[in-house]
Amino acid sequence: MTAPPEVTGSAADADPEAALQGMPKKAIQGRSLGQIAWLRLKRDKVAIAGAIVIALLILVAIAALLLDRVFDVVHPNEFHQDLIDTQNGTLAPLGTFGGMSGAHPLGIEPVNGRDILARIFAGSWISLLIATLATVLSVIIGTTMGIIAGFFGGWVDTLISRLMDVFLAFPLLVFAMALVGVLPDTAFGLSPEMVRIGLLIFIIGFFNWPYIGRIVRGQTLSLREREFVDAARSLGARGPYILFRELLPNLVAPILVYATLLIPTNILFESALSFLGVGINAPTATWGGMLSDASRFYTMPHFMLWPGLAIFVTVLAFNLFGDGLRDALDPRAR
Amino acid sequence: MSTKTETGAANRRLGEDLLVATDLQKHFPIRRGLLQRQVGAVQAVDGLTFTVKRGETLSLVGESGCGKTTTGRLLTRLIEPTGGTITLDGRDITHLSSGAMRPLRRDIQMIFQDPYGSLNPRHTVGAIIGAPFRLQKVKTEHGVKRAVQDLLELVGLSPEHYNRYPHEFSGGQRQRIGIARTLALRPKVIVADEPVSALDVSIQAQVVNLMEDLQNEFDLTYVMIAHDLSVVRHVSDRVAVMYLGKIMEIADRTSLYERPMHPYTVALLSAVPIPDTSRRDNRERIRLTGDVPSPINPPSGCRFHTRCWKAQDLCKTTEPPLVELSAGHQAACHFPENTTKLTIDPTGAAGSAA
Ligand SMILES: Nc1ncnc2c1ncn2[C@@H]1O[C@H](COP(=O)(O)OP(=O)(O)OP(=O)(O)O)[C@@H](O)[C@H]1O
Ligand code: SF4
Ligand SMILES: [Mg+2]
Repeated sequence: MTAPPEVTGSAADADPEAALQGMPKKAIQGRSLGQIAWLRLKRDKVAIAGAIVIALLILVAIAALLLDRVFDVVHPNEFHQDLIDTQNGTLAPLGTFGGMSGAHPLGIEPVNGRDILARIFAGSWISLLIATLATVLSVIIGTTMGIIAGFFGGWVDTLISRLMDVFLAFPLLVFAMALVGVLPDTAFGLSPEMVRIGLLIFIIGFFNWPYIGRIVRGQTLSLREREFVDAARSLGARGPYILFRELLPNLVAPILVYATLLIPTNILFESALSFLGVGINAPTATWGGMLSDASRFYTMPHFMLWPGLAIFVTVLAFNLFGDGLRDALDPRAR
Repeated sequence: MSTKTETGAANRRLGEDLLVATDLQKHFPIRRGLLQRQVGAVQAVDGLTFTVKRGETLSLVGESGCGKTTTGRLLTRLIEPTGGTITLDGRDITHLSSGAMRPLRRDIQMIFQDPYGSLNPRHTVGAIIGAPFRLQKVKTEHGVKRAVQDLLELVGLSPEHYNRYPHEFSGGQRQRIGIARTLALRPKVIVADEPVSALDVSIQAQVVNLMEDLQNEFDLTYVMIAHDLSVVRHVSDRVAVMYLGKIMEIADRTSLYERPMHPYTVALLSAVPIPDTSRRDNRERIRLTGDVPSPINPPSGCRFHTRCWKAQDLCKTTEPPLVELSAGHQAACHFPENTTKLTIDPTGAAGSAA
């Protein structure tokens, strides 16, 4: 790499900020990499679209959680049997397009006629909550283990790396199905629903940490060899200083990116568990559970379309945002 | 590039031994397999003996991979020597624990090879140059910020750069930041690991000049590492030429550049462009053929024999010791050049075999 020609003189500033053309160049305060990443992210329309969808989803999820009745119109578990065709024995919704109407914009379910939009909204908070908290759990365990492995190296690294292999080889789905079958419905004075949510967070989060762990370990290993670590040591820095002041600030960006990309994976996993009947119990609405119900009515595709679309849009939004975040934070694209 | 002025050199207190390395060794073990058994070692540094005198600049020169950085990291005790001893200002620091070494780190500092890698991208310039004060708990008269800004000015940067981040600077400016950081503790010795080799040629001279000015101002002693004899020609008092972890030749600057004794030095010098046209004709270019052998399995006898045009059977079996062949001029070769002022023409010998 050749250095750019040096400009001498007090007022002359270095200008490696080619990525920021059009930005005011002269600023007394330097821009941190975080600020630069934010400026870049702001200009990434696709990532911003993803972020907006995520923000809307979070609003909907909070509203659905707090209001119980979605926007005080329909309850997600309310039956509307009057709108079901009981004459022909198909138990399909009356009307066209799965019973779409002003009162039920996305139609109603077959058999019991529950409002689909209300159930999608109600399912959103469970999906987001489980996926996010499971990700937090994975990030905490994965970061700790990854840093320890990368920083200390040697047999500690070997041990943790093998442990990660074991976790990744674990037949998680089978284990989850077995575990859910044997555990009691209530514990710690919590409602069965809360126990199940906690269990799902634990299963998904606890077994996914090696994905984050591997990335953090690799990053730590390569950061540890950088000369600024030697520089700190040659000034007399101790282990904790190097870990927390030199290494960790450089790990925040990759952790953030992979956490964002782990959330959609966890949403899919939670849906899969609910689909298989080991997720949240009926009648609580979940997207995976709705898909599972819909699979019995394959002649009525609208029933499958909406929860599928909800999962798809959510996962896509998180992935687009995560990719944008990665590009914005990537030091190579600096 | 200005030549080191005679007065500047004379003003300094030359003389006492400040940093002494004796038979210094560093072997990096190579481990393989599940049980991490040692299957060999990279003999990165294999028996270096030299002294650095107070106020002087000793240059360590050699091709890539010959162990220069490893030597620098040994001297600053970033790594533990496998063998030999290091004495800093009369104190044996060879195997000091990191705790015992910590206060001594004020005396010996290092400038790193890569101006892009040696500054933490997440820290501001203020935090980077202020780190030595905080880590060594040095009291400053007007606070750390003022001290950092003074240092910035000292190395030719603006104090306003305090809040900026390394990525906002060019390579030369970053190396100045690195120099400011090493100066913070007012060290006695600075080990400069190829401080300018990553920089544009046009900037190299500026940084070298800055280092010379600082040496005069603060009575610094430099161990200057370079992979090319031309870079350090004007700043060195003495030069040591390294090859595969060993010193091949060590001498005063004039002696080494004008009467090189070791064939390897002769070869390196012949690759250096000679500014003096009258001398260009009688010195032939000696091209070093072949690659540098691996330090995992270095050649027997003289390590240079695989590439030496003067090599004979003796060279393959017996290692030549580093001996003083004339005052202050040591070389490790069975058949050195320029040893006597007889009629042996070095270029003649070179020409016949090249
Ligand atoms: N930590 C290490 N582990 C194993 N081998 C190492 C290590 N550090 C250096 N080496 C090896 O030791 C030898 C000398 O390396 P060193 O970095 O000292 O060379 P150098 O002279 O500084 O080269 P350059 O001019 O490329 O910087 C090389 O063969 C290198 O691969
Ligand atoms: S000892 Fe032999 S091989 Fe080594 S440098 Fe001298 S002449 Fe060449
Ligand atoms: Mg090096």
